[in-house]
Order: sequence, then structure tokens, then C-alpha cells
Amino acid sequence: MRLRESAVQLKENVVIALDVIRNHKMRSFLTLLGVIIGVMSIIGVQSLIEGFQKSIHDQIEQLGANVFQVQKYPVNVGHHDRDKYRNRKDITWEHARAIEKYCPAVERVAPEAWHFEIVIKYRDRKTSPANVLAGGTPDFFANNSYYIDEGRAFSEVDVQQKRDVAVIGKDIVDALFPFEDPIGKSIIVDGRRYEVIGTIEELGRRFGGSEDNKVAIPLSTFLKYYGTNRSLNITVQAASVDMMETAQEQVIGVLRAIRKVPPGEPNDFEIWTSDTLISAFNDMTRVVRIGAIVIVSFALLVAGIGIMNIMLVSIRERTREIGIRMAIGARRADIRLQFLIEAIFLSVMGGLFGILIGVGLSQLIALATPVPAAIPYFTIFLGFIVCAAVGIIFGVYPAAKASKMDPITALRYE
Amino acid sequence: MMIELKDIKKDYHLGLETVHALRSINLNIDENEYVAIMGPSGSGKSTLMNLLGCLDTATEGTYCLNGSDVSDMNDDNLAEIRNREIGFVFQNFNLLPRASALHNVELPLIYNGTPSSQRHGLAAEALTKVGLGDRMQHRPNELSGGQRQRVAVARALVNNPSIILADEPTGNLDTRTGDEIMDLFETLHDGGNTIILVTHEEYIAEHSDRIIRLRDGHIERDEAR
Ligand SMILES: Nc1ncnc2c1ncn2[C@@H]1O[C@H](COP(=O)(O)OP(=O)(O)O)[C@@H](O)[C@H]1O
Ligand SMILES: [Mg+2]
Repeated sequence: MRLRESAVQLKENVVIALDVIRNHKMRSFLTLLGVIIGVMSIIGVQSLIEGFQKSIHDQIEQLGANVFQVQKYPVNVGHHDRDKYRNRKDITWEHARAIEKYCPAVERVAPEAWHFEIVIKYRDRKTSPANVLAGGTPDFFANNSYYIDEGRAFSEVDVQQKRDVAVIGKDIVDALFPFEDPIGKSIIVDGRRYEVIGTIEELGRRFGGSEDNKVAIPLSTFLKYYGTNRSLNITVQAASVDMMETAQEQVIGVLRAIRKVPPGEPNDFEIWTSDTLISAFNDMTRVVRIGAIVIVSFALLVAGIGIMNIMLVSIRERTREIGIRMAIGARRADIRLQFLIEAIFLSVMGGLFGILIGVGLSQLIALATPVPAAIPYFTIFLGFIVCAAVGIIFGVYPAAKASKMDPITALRYE
Repeated sequence: MMIELKDIKKDYHLGLETVHALRSINLNIDENEYVAIMGPSGSGKSTLMNLLGCLDTATEGTYCLNGSDVSDMNDDNLAEIRNREIGFVFQNFNLLPRASALHNVELPLIYNGTPSSQRHGLAAEALTKVGLGDRMQHRPNELSGGQRQRVAVARALVNNPSIILADEPTGNLDTRTGDEIMDLFETLHDGGNTIILVTHEEYIAEHSDRIIRLRDGHIERDEAR
């Protein structure tokens, strides 16, 4: 019996709530602005982060499940933290050779070095500085999943003789050789002349930016021009996915021996796997997420106070209505429910608009810029729950106030 | 006996001052009676109506409605009694301005959980009974004063209450429409309803079978006509 009454009333209350909102469009909209902005920003931020995250995960996965790197610095060290690791010995070509020699679980080893913000020129054409220069050995390509499109990769001989040869990515081909075959042409990379011997197959976008902006030259040539006083990265491919751990153990053992790390001391170098990269990325985005959540909490707090205020105004205006309802048999709980539902409706409706605008905006951003976006289903679900909670929390007091009115006084209210 | 009031007192406290709005009222009203309550302004007519309608409780005394003691009931039980046993008609109509006539009449049914399928039928029936079968979708501001009061009467009727309580139901109407409403009450009375109305117009009171005159919170005279 009580259940059926509740069902009948619930429907009535929803109708009233919608009616009130419809009759006060502007007021409702202004009240909802806080909820809309709050929900919109969290959904927007979350869409972009999730889109970014998905693309990063895809990319990291592309690195290969059986590839890892040895580096001097941990993933994601800030500038001040960097000093802590600066005194570590550099990672050298010797280390790579030792790994190759003493680690049977390892298939391929490729030491590499990087230089960023490189301009490349060909005749009167010139690229933007958005390109990167890599020094590598022949296995550089396999270990990084770069495939040769035209021409060839550099060989052991190129490396031994420190030849000025380069393999270039698709962006550079497009920028410098729109109508020509690049193979055999002479280009200027960072002020030095190289012969193009090959091109890398298009990779597409990774990490939110182009991956086709690479110029690869022999590591020996790189060190000749940019100096040997640097730490290299070593990419290591295990013989198989199953051998990943064994390969890592062997590499760690060999490096500790060469670098004379005493037993019991921690490693003075880092192993980067796709897992460590993913978790490092997640750590990074966590800061952004927490920031967004803090901002949104404030927005929702303000929005909640707005809802409470408008509900109090609404209840004052509708004092007579409350009296009428009580006179014809509404219990105090019925009145309380009515205004609570109205508050929840207001808030959830704001949430709905916020979700729509947030998703729409992030999709627009994804269309217009290289930033990817995903639809954050869980956050959308959470957004609804949070909005309902805001409605409840800030609707309780006005609803209780309405339900405590004296029917006779309420009926007389002008 | 439908209504039995024993030694009912009602005090209002205004700061340090106490207003004795009702002082020891003893009153019995039977089923299908048609009672008019009269008296000068401030004599306690509205206070008595509010008590009879369970909108308020007495300071002292007992009130039995259909054999059950209402004096000590809690808010929820009183709300249920108002819903099932009482139909109010107010001087200023007290309709929900945004709701259609039909919806206004449906309201009491909503609070006792009547499913919407039955609700529409019952409300339409009540509206037809008061002669507004063709105005069901109109909002109060699209109706004349007399029509609004008819909607209020239909709302009072729809739950088949024991008593219809009308506090100066013609006070905001011109004489002619007032008479129409009084004719309506007469019809309802003939159909078996119990009606109690407050008025200060002798010619309105003449429609009733019994006139109770209040003065300073006392029953001054109680006479059948
Ligand atoms: N809520 C109230 N608070 C204080 N005094 C009240 C209240 N309601 C009525 N009274 C007083 O009680 C007396 C009876 O009022 P009422 O029943 O409204 O009279 P009537 O309806 O006959 O004009 C009056 O003196 C009035 O001022
Ligand atoms: Mg009065």
C-alpha cells in the first residue's frame, strides 16, 4: 500500500519538478550554470586524458612486449630530482656490447642517443624545428619498430666508418621532397651535410604528436659530432616475451658487474619496460586528474549552494501551494520528498547538460587539434551520481523547511 | 454521531498575551447535517473550522470524528484524515495556479495512492457533478471566480469525504455566482453529504438546517431551522 502510494507520488513529483523548471527556464538555467560548468570541465578533462592515455598505451604497446630499455635516469624525473641521478656513471656503448656478449636470453641490443629540436634543410627548403635526431646501430630500427620504406637502413660498415648517412621519417620526406625521390640526396641536418640512404615507413601519431619526425644517423657519426661525453639509451629485445624477465635479470647482472655495483646496493641504472612507462604516464596524469577533481568539487559546492538558495526562494514563493497540499492530505514526508526530488532534478539536469557539453567540446578539440579524446563512460556515470548527491545534500535543508510549515499559516500566505 | 466536540479550548500565545480563541466548545454534528457557523469577526469561526478539519489540534478537550479520537493523533494520521474524511472549500479557492482543473481535482487522490488510470475518471466525474465537465483542461486563471470555486468543490468531493468544510465559500463571489455555489451545496446535501460552512451573511446561512452562532469563542446560540 505504502509502496503504491510512493510510486504514484513519485511520478507526480517528477511531473511537478519538470513543470517548475519549465516555468522558470532562466532562473533554473542560471542556477544550473555551476553544475553545468563543473560537470562539463571534469568530463572534458577526463575525455582528453583518457583519449591521450589510450593513444599512449597503444604506442607503448607498439614498442613490443619483449623490448625494454636501459637508461641512466628513471622515467619521469623532474628537474631537481635529476640532480640526484646525475652522478651515476653514464651508460656506454661498452655496456651494450657486454649485454650482447653475455646475455643469452637477449636477441638484439641497440644503443642509441637523441638530440631534439633539429632543423633539416634541402636546397631552399627547410623544416620546422620539431624534428629529432637519433644516433643508432643497425638494430635501432628493429628495436624501435621502425620499418624501412625506401632505400636501406645504415649498416655495420656505415657505423664503423662513421659515415654521414641518414634515414629520414615521413614528415621530413614530405617537407623537403614533395616532388623528388629523397634517396641519394644531400641534406643539411643541424648544420651538417648527410646523404639520405633510406626512409622510414609512416608511423602516424604517437603520444599526441607525430612520430614521423625522425632523422636516424649512425651512432658513431652522432658521437663524432655531438661528443662522446653522454649517457646512451640501450634498447634490448628479449628472445621472446616469455624470456623478458630472464633477459632483464641477465642484463641487470651484467651491468652491475661492469659498473661495479657492490652487492646489496640498488642498481645505478634504470630498466624501462612498457609497464614502467605506462605507470609513469598514469602518475603524471593523476596530478591533472586530482587538480580537475579539486576544481570541480569547488564548482559543485558553489552550485549546490545555488541550488539550495533557489529552492529556498521557490519554497517561499510556493508557501500557499504547500499549505494547499497539506490541507488535502499531503504528509510532511510527502512535501519533503517533493522538494527533494525537485532539487535532485535540477542538479541532475545540470549534470546532463554538463556531460553533453563536455563530451561535445572534447570531441571538437579532438577534431580540430592533434589531441585525442575518448568518451569517459565511467566519469559520465559518476557525474550523474555526484549530481544526484549534490541535489540531495543541498536539497535536504529546503525540503525539511518546507515540510515543517504550519498548514494554516501556509494557507494564509499571500 | 459523526462529530463530537467535548470541552474544546484553543489558546493562541502572542508573546506574553494569551488569546482564548475557543473557550469550552461542546458540539455534536450528525451525518448529513447542513450547518452554518456564524458570528462576528474574531469570534473563532475559522479556528473552529481548522480544528474540525484537522488542520490544527485543540489546546484542551476531545474531538471524536466517526468514533475515533482525533485529539491526540500525530501529523501523519491527521494528514490521512484530512485526505479521506475532510473536503475543504476556502474563501479564496486555493487552487494550484499552474495545474489544470482536472489535475487540481486529482490532487487528493494522488496523496492516497490512487493509480492514475482511476484518478482521471474520478476527477472527471467530480468535475461533471459540479457542472464543469467541459472545462477540465482549463487552468484556474482561465476560469471565472464561480467556476474556480466549483473546481474547489469538486476537489473537496472527489475522495468521498465524511464532511465538507467551507469557510466563507461565497466571500469572494458576487451574489449571483454565490447563489450558484449555494445551490451546488444544496444538491450535495440532498445527495447525502455533511456540510459545515462559515458565513456572516444571513441569507447564505438560510440555506442550512442549523445555525451555530459564536461570540468570543463561545457558542452563543445553536438552533435548528
Ligand atoms: N494563528 C493565530 N495566532 C494568534 N491569534 C490567532 C491566530 N489565529 C486566530 N487568532 C485569534 O483568535 C481569535 C479567533 O480568530 P478566528 O478564528 O480567525 O476568527 P473568525 O474566523 O471568527 O474571524 C481572534 O482573536 C484571532 O485574532
Ligand atoms: Mg475567519
